[in-house]
Amino acid sequence: MCGSPEHQPAQPRQQGRLRTLTAAFAGALWAWLAMALLLAGLAFVIVSAQAARAGEQTGGPQAPDIGQMLTPAEIAALDRDARPDGAGLPAGAGNVAQGEDLYATHCAACHGEFAEGQGRIPALLGGEGSLNGEAPMRTIGSYWPHAPGVFDYIHRAMPEGHAFSLKAEEVYALVAYLLHINGIVEDDFIASARTLPRVMMPNRNGFIRPPHPVAKGRRCMRNCRPAPDISAEAPAQMEGVMIGEEEQTP
Amino acid sequence: MPVPSRRAWLKTMLAGVAGALAGGVAAVRSATSASAADSASTAASAAAARAARGTKLEHAPFRPGMPVGARPYGLPAEAQQHVVRRWLKWMLPSRLTNASFTPLAELEGIITPNGLVFERHHAGVPAIDPARFSLAVHGLVERPLALSLDDLKRLPSVSRIHFLECAGNNSLNWQRPAVNAVQFTHGLLSCCEWTGVPLMEVLRLCGVSDRAQWLLAEGADGAAYARSVPRALWDEAIIAFAQNGEALRPEQGFPLRLIVPGTEGSLNVKWLHRLKTGDEPWLTREETARYADLQDDGRARLFTLVQEVNSVITLPCPEKPLKGHGRQRLSGIAWSGHGRIAAVDVSFDGGVNWQPARLEEPVLPKCLTRFSLPFEWKGEELLLQSRAVDEKGNVQPTHDEMLKVKSARQVYHNNAITTWRVLNSGEVRHVRLA
Repeated sequence: MCGSPEHQPAQPRQQGRLRTLTAAFAGALWAWLAMALLLAGLAFVIVSAQAARAGEQTGGPQAPDIGQMLTPAEIAALDRDARPDGAGLPAGAGNVAQGEDLYATHCAACHGEFAEGQGRIPALLGGEGSLNGEAPMRTIGSYWPHAPGVFDYIHRAMPEGHAFSLKAEEVYALVAYLLHINGIVEDDFIASARTLPRVMMPNRNGFIRPPHPVAKGRRCMRNCRPAPDISAEAPAQMEGVMIGEEEQTP
Repeated sequence: MPVPSRRAWLKTMLAGVAGALAGGVAAVRSATSASAADSASTAASAAAARAARGTKLEHAPFRPGMPVGARPYGLPAEAQQHVVRRWLKWMLPSRLTNASFTPLAELEGIITPNGLVFERHHAGVPAIDPARFSLAVHGLVERPLALSLDDLKRLPSVSRIHFLECAGNNSLNWQRPAVNAVQFTHGLLSCCEWTGVPLMEVLRLCGVSDRAQWLLAEGADGAAYARSVPRALWDEAIIAFAQNGEALRPEQGFPLRLIVPGTEGSLNVKWLHRLKTGDEPWLTREETARYADLQDDGRARLFTLVQEVNSVITLPCPEKPLKGHGRQRLSGIAWSGHGRIAAVDVSFDGGVNWQPARLEEPVLPKCLTRFSLPFEWKGEELLLQSRAVDEKGNVQPTHDEMLKVKSARQVYHNNAITTWRVLNSGEVRHVRLA
């Protein structure tokens, strides 16, 4: 439990597992305090002060009388996100050739045989140098800032509507293939928790953190501008308006 | 059909006699004064006009209709069947990752009825059994916890009215006015009373660490949609289980969603099932490859989370033309992710001259505010604009002012002033001014 255990009120309705944990933790802390006392009175003072401060930060000595503690195994089963630094990437590995086969099976139907995209389904390659042009293409190769994010997204969201359906090895293989067809890695690249954080994505420096500038208007009330001209007008009829499954006739 | 009774027959006859008497009286009156004759002829022509339109004064059916309880969960009137969410076939990749728009022109006040709250899903609407659902909280916490809905409802809760706006609201009109309906210019916008547990209650219960600066919120949808929320936004955030007095709708995240007041809708993760605290943002696909704002130089701004000051006129608008000369009510909505709306100005001449509109109560922070302004219309062309100011002094920009610091390629976060051109006929068109 949080804070100094000696201040914990008795919790008659605690879960058994919780009580065991509490007892173990309290026991360990007391042993540590006793050791510290034997070594030096000063150490005891510091440890107590830190424990008390921790108690204040976390809402005081109140025990979690609501909710159930998650076990490490339960957390591991849920904890499937991957950060840019690779934290959270699972064990396993996959190569480009495996990824090519998996792409044909799981991805090509929507993203195209050559990952070129179809209709409004995005392309997965190309667009290098397009970001400051007339028609920016935001692909893995041209835009995505880090390779673990490619793993994370495919794992959690692809194929569409099938979150976490692919095994880690399969996702690694797909990432290896997609990085390869974007010209980012060679064809002998093996994607894993060790290699992905080290991949240098072309647009890794293309993102700006806050603060960002805010667009500012001006509160003028009289003769604020010359009489305006109309430069563009929306088509009067709307195309492709749908209500549920039905297209609405304008 | 019931057989006409003697009493009904008598009643009809009596009504006829009464009518004849009334006619006689009117005739006598009209003979006595010229002005009375004028008013009678005005009334007669109004009656003729009503008849031509097919409307009647005596339209009240005086019939019982449905019995009590015929609709266990009520529905809008038959005549309101056009007040629905609509979506655009060509806008997004698939039916699962798409958006439908709130019919803003049909709404009054500030609350969006639950069935009309806009949708933006990244992989459909999952069906979730609330009895088996729990929220997992872990990461940089002392006590990783699983909280059932019942657990959460034992914690202190709050109810707050906040707007919810998709980052892509008005995104179709960056280059030129593309859609001629307020439903499709600004309808990725809704406003509800959200009830739930303050995020900090839950994080304190779990003993969140001081090292935790970011929170990953993950949905239980088909995309396991996930976003990083910075610590600065935690204090006002709500883990919501209800909207407008009832449990969340499935489209809005049933049974739980995150509400981060004033921020882009996509940060308000629906079907919320996991919260993880950490010392760095996750930079998920949905906060880099999407929902970051691409600039002219090819770089993109991350975490542009707060929805800037904005407003739009909903009456008149392309769906609500002016229907006759004379007295009119102009009305619209204003909002800002930075706080309360302080003022809304309206221009009838495309931004040359402005006058302040009336703000209708309540005026709440990070909430839609209704404004209105009476005016006279004689059939002249108008260029209508509204311009909102928030309590932090942010003034809604014109399109040109906005493009001084934003790029037309950024897709998201278009908060420019919108112009409605009112034609002589009263019809309304979405235009851009030079």
